[in-house]
Amino acid sequence: MNEQFRTCPDTGLKFFASAEALIKANAVVAVVFLLVGGIWGLFVGLTRWPAVHLLPPDWFYLALTAHGLNVLIFWIIFFEIAILYFCSSVLLGSRLAAPKFAWAGFGLMLVGAVLNNYIVLTGEASVMMTSYAPMEAHPLFYLSLILFAVGALIGCFVFFGTLVVARAERTYEGSVSLVTFGAITAAIIAVFTIVSGAIILIPTLLWSLGFIGEIDALAYRLIWWGFGHSSQQINVSAHIAVWYAIAAIVFGAKPMSEKVSRMAFLMYILFLQIASAHHLLADPGVSSEFKMFNTSYAMYLAVMASMVHGLTVPGSIEAAQRAKGLNNGLFEWLRRAPWGNPVFSGMFISLVGFGFLGGISGVVMGVEQINILMHNTLYVPGHFHATVVIGTTLAFMSLTYWLVPILFRREIILKPLAAWQPYLFGFGMAGVALFLMGAGTLGVPRRHWDITFSMTGGVTHEFPAAANTLLALNGLSVLLAVVGGALFCLIIVGSLLWGKRLGEQQSPEPRIAEVPPDEAYRGIGVGVITVPGTLTLTMVFFISFAVYYFINWKYLAETWGIS
Amino acid sequence: MSSLAPPKERIWWNEPIEISELIWISIVFVWGLIMTFMMPFWHVTGDQNLSNETYKTTPERFLEKTQAMVDEYTVRTEGPRSYPVVRPPAGGDVYMVSRLWDFWPIIELEKGQTYRFHLSSLDWQHGFSLQPANINIQVVPKYEHVVSFTPDSAGEYSVICNEYCGIGHHLMIGKILVVE
Repeated sequence: MNEQFRTCPDTGLKFFASAEALIKANAVVAVVFLLVGGIWGLFVGLTRWPAVHLLPPDWFYLALTAHGLNVLIFWIIFFEIAILYFCSSVLLGSRLAAPKFAWAGFGLMLVGAVLNNYIVLTGEASVMMTSYAPMEAHPLFYLSLILFAVGALIGCFVFFGTLVVARAERTYEGSVSLVTFGAITAAIIAVFTIVSGAIILIPTLLWSLGFIGEIDALAYRLIWWGFGHSSQQINVSAHIAVWYAIAAIVFGAKPMSEKVSRMAFLMYILFLQIASAHHLLADPGVSSEFKMFNTSYAMYLAVMASMVHGLTVPGSIEAAQRAKGLNNGLFEWLRRAPWGNPVFSGMFISLVGFGFLGGISGVVMGVEQINILMHNTLYVPGHFHATVVIGTTLAFMSLTYWLVPILFRREIILKPLAAWQPYLFGFGMAGVALFLMGAGTLGVPRRHWDITFSMTGGVTHEFPAAANTLLALNGLSVLLAVVGGALFCLIIVGSLLWGKRLGEQQSPEPRIAEVPPDEAYRGIGVGVITVPGTLTLTMVFFISFAVYYFINWKYLAETWGIS
Repeated sequence: MSSLAPPKERIWWNEPIEISELIWISIVFVWGLIMTFMMPFWHVTGDQNLSNETYKTTPERFLEKTQAMVDEYTVRTEGPRSYPVVRPPAGGDVYMVSRLWDFWPIIELEKGQTYRFHLSSLDWQHGFSLQPANINIQVVPKYEHVVSFTPDSAGEYSVICNEYCGIGHHLMIGKILVVE
């Protein structure tokens, strides 16, 4: 089959017409849902701020439901489908398998997402993203999610099909690139995830329609989290693939060693699937053996995978920088990195925030016993705003700054503001993560409209005064992050509409950095350690991790005896 | 070749591993073993391990058992809702109902004594969040979870729902009193 393609004058990448249109459509729709979900997030943050307490309770719970679904599901998965098509069709230089199916999948996802927003807005489905049975939503709520999931599943299969086509038509030599390998990991986990979702959401839909008498609440939690938690592993795999991609784009970085980086991706597939246990640590009816084995991802092997990427991603950047001559001291490579380029700065904030805030808190919260201190407190949303927002969302934002010129052939507008955007969003969100975790440590419940208990007829509880301060600081951080998020939407949409058309003209500055020759890598670093700076940073990380881990055991030892 | 391009060696498995990577992998692996060891270790030596003792039940049966406890051990009524304050014997069984939207009844415990708490929900899922002790347990309908608590200091404790349970979620609060 001969399909039209254009070769990007800046990067040499091949864009096939159908793949290009689908990547554009998915990415643009993703940004729209980010905008919608972000607005809901603003309302949530302002309601949590005790002095503002913006929304009435019914609207708060509605806003929280809509916020979670729009940003955690719709924004991220639309963008991930764009990434899958990019990593298959564009990076492998192949036509897209079955573009009509891909459009059908896109249509289903769009219908599902719009329908879901509609039914949540009616107030018939303020059940939070988790929709724990036997709390019941309008049947259209479950139906909309099923439609969306089926569409995403089709996207995954188009991706796999494209890999087969590329291989059969020999569009590339040897093995697929590391970035594509990461995308394959994400897609494999996605298939498992979506099937888990179907196993639980289809019976729940039938139950809401009255065809099934009862949904067991515990079974719902077990299977729903097979979907809910695993979907976060799709995000992790995808955004780490994006980190590697940005390291290659901005620095011409190559993997420190292919084997280590690829094995780390593989460990996600092998050990992440059972992560459902993280949400059942404070549940009845689940044995401690099950909890311990599964919450540790089989002896922390998948945690190890993330920590390995935590070395190899910045390590690949350090090595490339040193190969280019920035070989002095421990951190010259980092100091002289392009901090004004949002593609890099966003990616690096994403990396550090994901590791230090999201990673450490996730492991600590995922200890069977320590979870008793944090289960369903604000600590939980604190944790996942670091993983999913700083980690995934910010990584995707960074990549978008690079994609707009090469994919849409438009120059980014408002570049000085774009340079600030990752800092506003990243630091704002870091504040959200930290202050929510702080409030959670003081016991403040999540998904709660009124922690002053002003409407309970006199039965009240007073949280430590610091909780109010932390929630006010959270509100301020939300404002900062919202400014950053709005700026992103404005810059991207503005660039698509009004950015200077680039046409076939080559950019004066390279859009993909040159890869340093192998000889340049000789003799970099200190002795046998090629990346001493990164190794130092990982040691700082390790010490912070270990200290925080044992501090929480100490907190646990101070509460009531539980057995 | 960069991370965007196929690896240099077709069989990438044969490419060497960097020393920095080996150092970090070793540290992380040992750290994983330590963390893996900590959970069973705490089961043996620690005082905070959530029991897994669980029975299937029904809302009716659970309410009946709670009512029986209330009938037998109520010492007074208290608070704006005039709820019964139940003082079960030390070491005995304590039933606390979670329902839309309160925890019932009020429980009075003796400091330093151990009690077998039975937790279940009469309707939707709830969260048993004991403050300020900060003990958080999921409460699931039709499952009766038996957990032993040993309060370590006297005072008034609140039980707050921290699992979203509909429009009245923020109204759901109960009390546990610990006396010397």
